[in-house]
Amino acid sequence: MSAESTLSRRSFGQTMRADVWWAQPLVVFLGLGAFVVYSTWAALQGRNYYFGPYLSPFYSPEIFGPSPHSWFGAKPVWWPAWLIFSPSLLVLWAPGGFRLTCYYYRGAYYKAFWADPPACTVGEPRSTYLGERSFPLIMQNMHRYFLYLALLFILVLAHDVWKALWFVDPATGRTSFGMGVGTLVLAVNVVLLGGYTFGCHSLRHLIGGFLDQFSKSPACYRGYACVSCLNRRHMLWAWMSLFWVAFSDVYVRLCALGAWHDLRFF
Amino acid sequence: MKTAVFRIWRGNAAGGEFRDYETGVSEGMVVLDAIHHIQATEANDLACRWNCKAGKCGSCSAEVNGMPRLMCMTRLSELPLDKPVTVEPIKAFPLLKDLITDVSWNFRVKKKIKKFKPRPPDAPDGTWRMQQEDIDRVQEFRKCIECFLCQDVCHVLRDHRKYDEFIGPRFLIYVAALEMHPLDTEDRLEELRETQGIGYCNITKCCTKVCPESIHITDNAIIPLKERVVDDYYDPLGWLWKKMRRKKGSGGS
Repeated sequence: MSAESTLSRRSFGQTMRADVWWAQPLVVFLGLGAFVVYSTWAALQGRNYYFGPYLSPFYSPEIFGPSPHSWFGAKPVWWPAWLIFSPSLLVLWAPGGFRLTCYYYRGAYYKAFWADPPACTVGEPRSTYLGERSFPLIMQNMHRYFLYLALLFILVLAHDVWKALWFVDPATGRTSFGMGVGTLVLAVNVVLLGGYTFGCHSLRHLIGGFLDQFSKSPACYRGYACVSCLNRRHMLWAWMSLFWVAFSDVYVRLCALGAWHDLRFF
Repeated sequence: MKTAVFRIWRGNAAGGEFRDYETGVSEGMVVLDAIHHIQATEANDLACRWNCKAGKCGSCSAEVNGMPRLMCMTRLSELPLDKPVTVEPIKAFPLLKDLITDVSWNFRVKKKIKKFKPRPPDAPDGTWRMQQEDIDRVQEFRKCIECFLCQDVCHVLRDHRKYDEFIGPRFLIYVAALEMHPLDTEDRLEELRETQGIGYCNITKCCTKVCPESIHITDNAIIPLKERVVDDYYDPLGWLWKKMRRKKGSGGS
């Protein structure tokens, strides 16, 4: 059933487009590249990730670690001495995997990092193409499993916001209800991550998209409609949440280093 | 009168070249108007397919300044006229002459897709009843005018020539319209994965970008189909859940 085009294959970057087609992949490359570099650096630091009731989202939940936020105490004794330890490394793979396998990001980084294609109607560097049919990209089909983990992370991060409302007076040791800029930073982080996670394409399918007859499952239909509503702006949620989660870490880190002063409203 | 230069591909399967034509432009003109004017005045043998001039027949597909567009829906006021406007045939299909390509591969692909298979009529008058919320989703896919711009822009066909392994965005929409139809009982997931190559789509969203009917091809058709394929082939927990539900259902009845 061949339909071979009579036009010859284009070389890398070849196109008749007159617009600045390279701008979008370049912005994605710089944005995602900067995030990967910063988050890796921040994850490997293993310090300055908490300040009072604030915990950096890169380190939450802190399963093992030296901070008061740790669930099960300090670094476990069974941790191999040769293996670098940071509380972040125990958890960051899950939200990282969620973004890596996200349908939006896939399309974006295939273009920006792999030039597959660099942009619509622009020539590619390779003549072979396997798509997502074989290893390793067939693993992208695990996205829904990362979604389940990401939903748990939303709960944990929401709990972190609750904890960020309780401040310990260093003089008396008493805990009191309050709110600082850091509380708002962490709260906005949960809202943006929630907007991104609850607009996920896999969730849209799992909550009702798998049905052919919505009228027989009104609750699923309502869920599908809600997720679809967020899904329409999935790219926007993805970028806003990506920026803000990094900013949240920067905020907590700079407060912990004493470079920024956390303003308390009450 | 203001003028603009149109750099039009002239040739056939054996070869060709771009030729420049200067023509007058006026307010409200679209690329197809300019092509018709050039055809009438300078190049009577310029081959170009068109029909409705209203963006509904899908005949005048071409590449304007490198992007797949309907010529009748591309206003000259949207284009930078200080430089020549390039007009080429769509590139995913064999060229016949000038701006005309042979898109018959698409019709052969369509014939191979499993047809609509409704469940037995269940209304007292021997027909069916469907609720609006059940058909809202597939109605979007019915807007397709088969201009094949999405097929043209898809790099799996355009660059990698997977004509024997991938059916392209147009027919993934078609399969989605059937697969998600509230009355349909046919299962097309095995074909989608095996012979229709849904796994080749790497979600560039170029098809959505060029669709003149603004169908959300990737988000509303291709990704939901990919998820249905995941249900059946790549999700062991989902498979187990379905099996348990089926067992529970059969036990209860």
